[in-house]
Amino acid sequence: MSLKILVTAKRVEDPESKIKVKPDGSGIVTDGVNYKMNPFDEIAVEEALRLKEKHGGEVIVASIGGDKSATEIRAALAMGADRGILVRHDGPLDPVGVSAVLAKMFEQEKPDLVILGKQSIDDDQNQAGQYLAARLRLPQATFASKTESLESEAEQKKEPGLRLAADGKSLAVVREVDGGVETLEVSLPAVVTTDLRLNKPRFASLPGIMKAKKKELKELQASALGVELAPKVVVKKLSAPPSRKGGVKVADVEELFSKLHGEAKVV
Amino acid sequence: MANVLIVAEQFGGAVRKATLHALSAGREVARRTGGTLHVAVLGSGIGPVAEELAGYGAEVHAADAAVLEHPLAEAHAPVVAELARAVEATHVGAAATAFGKDLLPRVAGLLEAAMATEVLGFGGEGAEVTFRRPMWAGNVLAEVALATPVKVFTVRATEFPAAAKEGKGAVTAAQVSVDAGALRTRYAGFTEVKSARPELTEARIVVAGGRGTKGDFKPIEALADELNAAVGASRAAVDAGWVPNDWQVGQTGKVVAPELYVAAGISGAIQHLAGMKGSKVIVAVNKDPDAPIFQLADYGLVADLFKALPELAEKLKKSR
Repeated sequence: MSLKILVTAKRVEDPESKIKVKPDGSGIVTDGVNYKMNPFDEIAVEEALRLKEKHGGEVIVASIGGDKSATEIRAALAMGADRGILVRHDGPLDPVGVSAVLAKMFEQEKPDLVILGKQSIDDDQNQAGQYLAARLRLPQATFASKTESLESEAEQKKEPGLRLAADGKSLAVVREVDGGVETLEVSLPAVVTTDLRLNKPRFASLPGIMKAKKKELKELQASALGVELAPKVVVKKLSAPPSRKGGVKVADVEELFSKLHGEAKVV
Repeated sequence: MANVLIVAEQFGGAVRKATLHALSAGREVARRTGGTLHVAVLGSGIGPVAEELAGYGAEVHAADAAVLEHPLAEAHAPVVAELARAVEATHVGAAATAFGKDLLPRVAGLLEAAMATEVLGFGGEGAEVTFRRPMWAGNVLAEVALATPVKVFTVRATEFPAAAKEGKGAVTAAQVSVDAGALRTRYAGFTEVKSARPELTEARIVVAGGRGTKGDFKPIEALADELNAAVGASRAAVDAGWVPNDWQVGQTGKVVAPELYVAAGISGAIQHLAGMKGSKVIVAVNKDPDAPIFQLADYGLVADLFKALPELAEKLKKSR
């Protein structure tokens, strides 16, 4: 029993970077901003690797974007993914377009499982996985998590949080939902999106980085796939959110209480 | 016709409060587009819930079938999509809860509709209605247009008032043509996090703890109970397994906007701030005077939370 898994690795602004809007609202200031793999995608790659280590199989990593997106695919290959596919596309892209490309890839590669991050930390849309599942009429398990903490023994041993059934035909997924946790069993092939507590992604080792350079990274033009990529989600204008005015430091609990009680009147 | 369809969320025979906020958003879209507000409610044995929803003056469509007992997107999405076509909806919305975020993009996929997530407000009129939504963990606001005939959205509940009861809408039975045998998703269980405290996203006051608690949430919980507040947590506290993940406030957790938010032992990473900076009054209690949370806090106290919080709880008790 082995699993062929397709994972995504989107190039996004480093979450530690300070994001500022251009004065004309046409985009964000990219000077001095660092880029990295979307943190939720790192978790997706890690989970795919753990499943492969336990059950055997292959991990294919895909990204859509300009030539710089190859960096994120190489990062996933350095973590241990087997091969990469870069779909070259410059300009804006929305979840409708991303899912159209991934659907084409699904038809070509016929994986058992597609794992995506639940959202990318730039557009914060949380749509691509669900939209892809709808296009392909596949079952979906979003916001995959696990019941053990990230400090647990299972996590130290890099046990996968997604549990494959004994017959290899379905996957049990613990999901983070409002009010608690839910478990779903999805028949394969299926689409899974990752939440933060599914795992702690590994760092690429130096030998891993060296090996990654020799791994296959196929490039193809998005236009060659015959999918419509003109954005349907049209960003008309960006702006900075209203800022809060600076507050005051209080000397002690006595003063804090009198401020909350007398001034703000919230307690 | 420009009709608006809001997908209601129900749990254990009750309408989720977030749905009432989504109804207000739906009413606003209906006003801007000159359409009628419709509500879809799905589940098994949901007659009373449908009747309750009708009290908010919308046309209620109740899809009542055993196959819809659990909130499985694979089963619910085709029913919502079919209903959207039947009522000629141009806009399909829901609250941006875990349920809404799981289901609505799948509905959008079936309708080949573009979607806006976690909408904060609307602009424009008619087919030109635009959606205001946060990007980059709330560091940027975007005005977006959706260039598809049907437009799908989820709304952030804290940005819209809860709908008021008005008039009495009709309840009609919606068609359910989903075959249980064809489903490839099986619901295998739910573990509820039980709490006597108010729900995090609904509470008037939230007391939240982070890494600074070192795993001891007793002072956080004691202060919360004194204030009849909900308890929240930073990602660090949740990751460490100190508290349930349901308590997480932030970009990837819950977004709250209470009247008072007390952040104790939380440094204030942007991911956390994204979930609470809409709060009316923010209090920070932290030992580190340079913690970023102090730049946002209306009242900052540099102190050990294990001393300050019990002292504050004591003062509150005496003031009663």
